[in-house]
Amino acid sequence: MYTIRQFLRPSNVEEAYQALTAARNNTVLGGCMWLRLGHRAIGTAIDLSGLNLDAITDTGDTIEIGAMVSLRQLETSELLQQQYGTLFRDAVSGIVGTQFRNTATVGGSVYGRFGFSDVLTALLALPAQVKLYRRGTISIEEFAAMPYEKDILESIILPKQIYAASYQHMRFQATDFPVLTCAVSCRDDVYRISVGARPQKACLAYHGSSPDAQRITDNLNFSSNMRASADYRRKICPVLIRRALKEVQVCR
Amino acid sequence: MQITIAINGKNYTRLVDPDTTLYTFVRDCGCYSVKCGCETTNCGLCTVWMDGTPVLSCSVLAARAAGHEITTLEGVLEESKQFTDFLAAEGAEQCGFCSPGFIMNVLAMKRELSNPTESEIQQYLSGNLCRCTGYAGQMRAIRKYMEVEA
Ligand SMILES: Cc1cc2nc3c(=O)[nH]c(=O)nc-3n(C[C@H](O)[C@H](O)[C@H](O)COP(=O)(O)OP(=O)(O)OC[C@H]3O[C@@H](n4cnc5c(N)ncnc54)[C@H](O)[C@@H]3O)c2cc1C
Ligand code: FES
Ligand code: FES
Repeated sequence: MYTIRQFLRPSNVEEAYQALTAARNNTVLGGCMWLRLGHRAIGTAIDLSGLNLDAITDTGDTIEIGAMVSLRQLETSELLQQQYGTLFRDAVSGIVGTQFRNTATVGGSVYGRFGFSDVLTALLALPAQVKLYRRGTISIEEFAAMPYEKDILESIILPKQIYAASYQHMRFQATDFPVLTCAVSCRDDVYRISVGARPQKACLAYHGSSPDAQRITDNLNFSSNMRASADYRRKICPVLIRRALKEVQVCR
Repeated sequence: MQITIAINGKNYTRLVDPDTTLYTFVRDCGCYSVKCGCETTNCGLCTVWMDGTPVLSCSVLAARAAGHEITTLEGVLEESKQFTDFLAAEGAEQCGFCSPGFIMNVLAMKRELSNPTESEIQQYLSGNLCRCTGYAGQMRAIRKYMEVEA
């Protein structure tokens, strides 16, 4: 369990950012589910729950997902289902349990860029943007690849357009970490395919109009960890991609 | 820091450390139904409701719960009786340590889902582990309870 010297609930993002950058061990709190497993000595813990970042908003031509939106909101949002089918529901419904997903946040999940992240895999399959307080708005691919830096993730911005999408994952046991994750979206015959838990963090593996599951797999790196070997992952990757492509083709 | 949390309709004001968990807070306020099994967000034993939503009290900071309404099993004894009667009738408990968290989540599920399928029930409750029973009796009890008019 982490320790906290001071608890701060800022009333605006500027105040949160100032507090974050005031000392090296000052830390933003998302849902605290991941932080809780660590042993960080936190100076000032910055609670974003007073900043109205907990809504999924239809802005007209985009859908904005606030950083403090819970994974359960992501799972049950009708607005997201109307645009992207069951992509988000299928991506997060296997994560631990309902109570957990009521608390874990989108901001913490995306900022963490965890190798096993179902959330990052799903987002990479869409032309999502990440709104950061200091750096501004950047693409999810750029964010996923960049090194960690102190900033406040305010929201995720998605185009409000209908995508056919599918989420596939391989888990040895329900609610365990995934062994491999894969998401596919398609709009106007252009496919975006992401693969995660390789176990390296998810990446955009393909963007184009004639996806070939084996060729996409051949271009990816896989490694071994306690859950599965690189070889095993390389073998199941085209299977997951093909399943997702099949589902997307049915949706279309 | 001094915080006030409403637990089962009554305000409790306490001096806490910034890293005190909600679990410790509710137990200090006498809600001994709330148990701690894993402390790593996996078992669901510590489930309470925060503004009506089930959360894991072992991982929510008390400071963050300040100003919110917390409900523990002590606050819904009457509502839970219907379900616990089914649990008892089905022989669905052995040591009973997992029951308070499990009951809180079943009650939340009944409020949230109407007519859930078997797999929706299993998915909703997948964060509640029981080391004794194998879940069969619990599933029988839940099916009967879900049929009762709310
Ligand atoms: C037991 C367990 C099992 C899990 N299994 C899975 C799984 O199978 N699949 C999966 O995808 N995920 C899984 N996760 C990860 C989980 O879904 C969340 O991604 C994780 O808990 C982080 O979310 P959080 O809201 O709890 O963030 P926190 O723990 O609060 O924060 C995580 C990090 O992000 C930073 N942070 C949080 N919010 C912001 C923000 N707005 N701006 C800047 N920085 C921020 C924090 O400072 C911290 O460094 C698991 C986690 C646990 C504990
Ligand atoms: S004690 Fe909280 S989830 Fe196990
Ligand atoms: S009855 Fe013993 S853990 Fe569930």
